[in-house]
Amino acid sequence: MITVESLTRKYGSFTAVDDISFTALPGRVTGFLGPNGAGKSTTMRVMVGLTRPTAGSVTISGRRFRDLPNPGLEVGVLLDASAQHAGRTGREILTITQRTMGLPARRVPEMLERVGLTVTEAERRVRDYSLGMRQRLGIATALIGDPEVLILDEPANGLDPAGIRWMRDLLRGYADRGGTVLLSSHLLHEIEVIADDIVMIGNGRIVSQGTKTELLHAAGTLVRAADLNGLERALVAQGLTASPTGDGALRTDADPAQVGKVALQAGFALTDLRPAAGAGLEEMFLQLTAGTQRDGAAA
Amino acid sequence: MTAIDGTIASAGTPAVDGLTTIDGTTAGQPGYVRSPRPTVRRIPLVRLTQVELRKMFDTRSGFWLMASIVISSLIATGAVILFAPDKELTYSSFGAAIGFPMAVILPMIAILSVTSEWSQRSGLTTFTLVPHRGRVILAKAIASVGIGVVSMLLALAIGALGNLAGTAVNGTPQVWDITVMDALLIVLGNVLGLLIGFMLGLVIRNSPGAIVAYFVYSFVLPTIFLVLAANQDWFRHLQPWVDVTYAQSPLFAADGALTGQQWANIAVTGVFWLLAPLLVGLRLVTRSEVK
Repeated sequence: MITVESLTRKYGSFTAVDDISFTALPGRVTGFLGPNGAGKSTTMRVMVGLTRPTAGSVTISGRRFRDLPNPGLEVGVLLDASAQHAGRTGREILTITQRTMGLPARRVPEMLERVGLTVTEAERRVRDYSLGMRQRLGIATALIGDPEVLILDEPANGLDPAGIRWMRDLLRGYADRGGTVLLSSHLLHEIEVIADDIVMIGNGRIVSQGTKTELLHAAGTLVRAADLNGLERALVAQGLTASPTGDGALRTDADPAQVGKVALQAGFALTDLRPAAGAGLEEMFLQLTAGTQRDGAAA
Repeated sequence: MTAIDGTIASAGTPAVDGLTTIDGTTAGQPGYVRSPRPTVRRIPLVRLTQVELRKMFDTRSGFWLMASIVISSLIATGAVILFAPDKELTYSSFGAAIGFPMAVILPMIAILSVTSEWSQRSGLTTFTLVPHRGRVILAKAIASVGIGVVSMLLALAIGALGNLAGTAVNGTPQVWDITVMDALLIVLGNVLGLLIGFMLGLVIRNSPGAIVAYFVYSFVLPTIFLVLAANQDWFRHLQPWVDVTYAQSPLFAADGALTGQQWANIAVTGVFWLLAPLLVGLRLVTRSEVK
């Protein structure tokens, strides 16, 4: 479990992280979503003691990171896959981690296999690695201590579609075994596919957080019917919100079951009924970050 | 994963705020499924030092830097045999010839062991695995000094072999004019030079920057002090107390024990040029942000 409490980090007059609080729970994948420069990486660096907070605190399983006797055994961290000595081989980088943590040597080949790096690839120097291979090596470094908490900054960057799928399954499996997974991304789709809980951040502040289902629900329902105006009146009469989207559909905050029931009772034949999910989170992402992200006006 | 070598507590040792705390705080929530783990202990300094030693050798540049100690010693030895006049075919000539490349290479080794964590950004992993940065730096210091001492002993041994070979080839008598005391002082002098490099690495945390700073420290500053001493009477008496290179030069003289005042010069300049900036560098390293 990761607990972030009233965390603030300032650089001079610039506030990179502004009084944020959230919890990443065991058994769940928590997606840390926000546009570039929103403060995700700063928050994650504070979590693992690389950056000092200006105020507030982060605890991992109840302890500050620097109080963990052998942090690699409790927390797997991947902040920047490219931050490695370019002259070392992949195997050597993993071996240094294994030695530092005091793990048996067999963990190195085990992890290389787990992340799908071949023996030949492991013997190559990291400067010759693609970003995808570096990410795999970074994941191996994070997993080698069999930690119960994973903190991953943009882990899907540079992975091909098969690699993204592999990463998703791996993290899902980790969470299903009771692990805590916190991963950041500036890509909504990535988070939408894998996360159970979402923390959305813009300009250093949390703009929204909750379970994915809650957030999807909040995005509402899209409904189409032959008599759109009649349906709208029926919904409003039931105390539900409804507004035309402008392309022949209604958008409502009610869930699809409720909308269907209202339509049935009022006798309207529906032509389309679905959660406003596909575009839902994205719309929310753009809305919520519109005021804060760089090219907000375009959103 | 049952045995975690080096982290298993002996029977009866109380848990060092280990897994029990985790179990306590996550009670009622699904716990992470894995085989039970022995009490987790703090990573010992010995292990950190071993890892830092390994990191000094495991890249091509690191390996060749180490190899250059042996290579340059051999070249310097060969040059003395070939070019030195017969009467100068003494152990101290070999020592002096080998000493010069050592005085450059050893500080570079110390500098790079520190700065590569920033210049190559591997510190992101290093300081995440060991959040107590002071312990990593201490491990690096121990490893660097260890390398320095071993290198110097190796260099002195190569010089001795050169002296044997040179005198045999040229048919001149063997002159062993470096006493054990002299040798120890030379080693100390080189270790001090290495520590100056280490300090500059900590303060600057950038490989090219720290290397340039080292050359300023060891070549530019002494020249300025030399000129100053030659032209300003008032400075001439002050120089041994101000100029760190000048103060340390008796260590390399192979001229027997140092006087009390010479030791005092080394101590005073050492505090000013090495210890004080070292403490500043340590503070910078432990407080700065690792990106």
